[in-house]
Amino acid sequence: MIFRVFEKEELRQLFDILSDHNRVVGPVEAGRDRNGRPVYAFSDVREFNDIRLNHTVTKLPAKRYFLPFKEDLATFTIEKDNWHKSIAYNIERPFVLFGLHPCDINALNKLDKVLLHSVYPMPYYAAKRKNMFIIGLDCVPQPYCFCRSMGADTALHGFDMFITDLGSRYFVEILTDTAYNFLRHIRTEEPGEEDHILYMKVVAERNEKFTAHVDTTDLAKILDMEFQSDVWKYWGDRCLACGTCANVCPTCYCYGVEETVEINLKGARKTKMLYSCNVIDFAEVAGGHNFRPERHTRLKYRYYHKHRGFVEAFEESLCVGCGRCGESCLADITVPEVIASVRGSGGNE
Amino acid sequence: MAESRTRTYLGVPMYRPRVAFFEFSSCEGCQLQILNNESTLLDFLSLVEVVNFREAMTEQSEDYEIAFVEGSITRDDEIKRLKRIRKNAKTLVAMGSCACFGGVNQLKNRFRNPAGVKREVYGAHPVDSGPVRAVEDVVGVDLRIYGCPVSKDEVEKMVLHIAIGKSIVVPKYPVCMECKRNENICLFEFGEPCLGPVTRAGCDSWCPSNRAGCWGCRGPAEDVNLRQMIRIMEEHGFSEETITDRLECFGGFLSLMKPERGKGG
Repeated sequence: MIFRVFEKEELRQLFDILSDHNRVVGPVEAGRDRNGRPVYAFSDVREFNDIRLNHTVTKLPAKRYFLPFKEDLATFTIEKDNWHKSIAYNIERPFVLFGLHPCDINALNKLDKVLLHSVYPMPYYAAKRKNMFIIGLDCVPQPYCFCRSMGADTALHGFDMFITDLGSRYFVEILTDTAYNFLRHIRTEEPGEEDHILYMKVVAERNEKFTAHVDTTDLAKILDMEFQSDVWKYWGDRCLACGTCANVCPTCYCYGVEETVEINLKGARKTKMLYSCNVIDFAEVAGGHNFRPERHTRLKYRYYHKHRGFVEAFEESLCVGCGRCGESCLADITVPEVIASVRGSGGNE
Repeated sequence: MAESRTRTYLGVPMYRPRVAFFEFSSCEGCQLQILNNESTLLDFLSLVEVVNFREAMTEQSEDYEIAFVEGSITRDDEIKRLKRIRKNAKTLVAMGSCACFGGVNQLKNRFRNPAGVKREVYGAHPVDSGPVRAVEDVVGVDLRIYGCPVSKDEVEKMVLHIAIGKSIVVPKYPVCMECKRNENICLFEFGEPCLGPVTRAGCDSWCPSNRAGCWGCRGPAEDVNLRQMIRIMEEHGFSEETITDRLECFGGFLSLMKPERGKGG
């Protein structure tokens, strides 16, 4: 691991160098909500000034650049009695993600375990994930952030460089030679003892700001025990089953596939669409049987996949604690409250 | 329009049904919607043999297999005509919100004094029209195409699937799924009411994508939590009037709100 520090104005220079030949995606202000607070979103950025380095969690994660909501897995051309299949991974060249928070980087690392390092890697994901240049950025914990509980408050890998604001200067952690070579174009220096002290102070101050917590002690086992708990019905009664929690989740990867024929009968396509286990027909199978017709059973399974099944398979949860699901849920269903209620420690009014 | 040669798809002969379009109390906007996209119109028409389509042709026939019925039922002569169509057609498709739920027309069922309203509207030229009913309240319906107006893409897809023998699938989940897919920011964030969480998807979140809250024209999604939706709208400070106006506008939610008023007639 290589550390450097640089003056703040150098970051603009770095952006310009990167954006000169690359597509850059970063957090921008997409509008103001009803209370006048900025709403952030990842978007293509051409001007450094458009990037919001102080952004709070974006409404949608950066997941869609790796797992688009909708993408063609294959297209077919039909000629008379014959057909030809073509496959594209739907990315021309890698681009720069400028300003991912640790939770979002950790989310990609979790997706890697399933989609990159499993027995059957998904080439559509791999093609986008590999060589993507990722610049991490430190954050200020918000009231809904519980990444620290999920062990996702710092990112150890899955990025090229990670920038921490020391107040007067930026501290940068370099993980790849690509990042190292880009940084040679701006003025950086070796951090001194005082920079180390400042870094530790910044980290300690950040830790003080976490207010939301999830007790994950023995959680996989407790979920096993509480499978029949009434609290699931309570949350199921509140749930709209609209699928928003999965759509805003940086780690939800479940999908459905639809085959469509073009009206001129000359083409067809097989389209993958991200799905949500909370929607009514997620567990509906051929013949029409639905394994989870009730809302509470579907909501429960989302929690079981994230906090039990994934833990058993990978020794970590499939939740990074970004808080997006709870923030986006119109019914105010939040992970800390649901988990607390299952543990019998409040949340269930 | 007549194309006698049988078309094939992947070498398999295609079924080319004789279809007819009919309109009852409605604006006929759904039929116009079908004619709207000229780039695919000829392809669409080559899949079917249209024998009745007032908005597009003058010829008429009673020999058809699929009847697309637009509009709600408000008069006795309409009931008679609809029953005749039902008898002729193998498959009857209720097309659009009016046919499926009564649509905007069913708002008149709210009037306590319909005679007085009629006098006010029609004056010396009375019109014989009773309470608004959905098509399925009069005859059996085999297939429903939701929306006000219907989406041309959806109609084309259904007809195509009939022609090539592929099952017809309509989303069971709510508009929110499509709205998120379109990467919209939730309209509740901006303080605007929206029925997206309870309305059946399939419109590709047409209204919310244009920053207009959903009015529920496609009716309820399956397994909707209407009670919770109403609670959320109240918590966001929307008046009972705002909420009721939205939920009652197209008639799709009536059966879930007040069972006694759900089905007219």
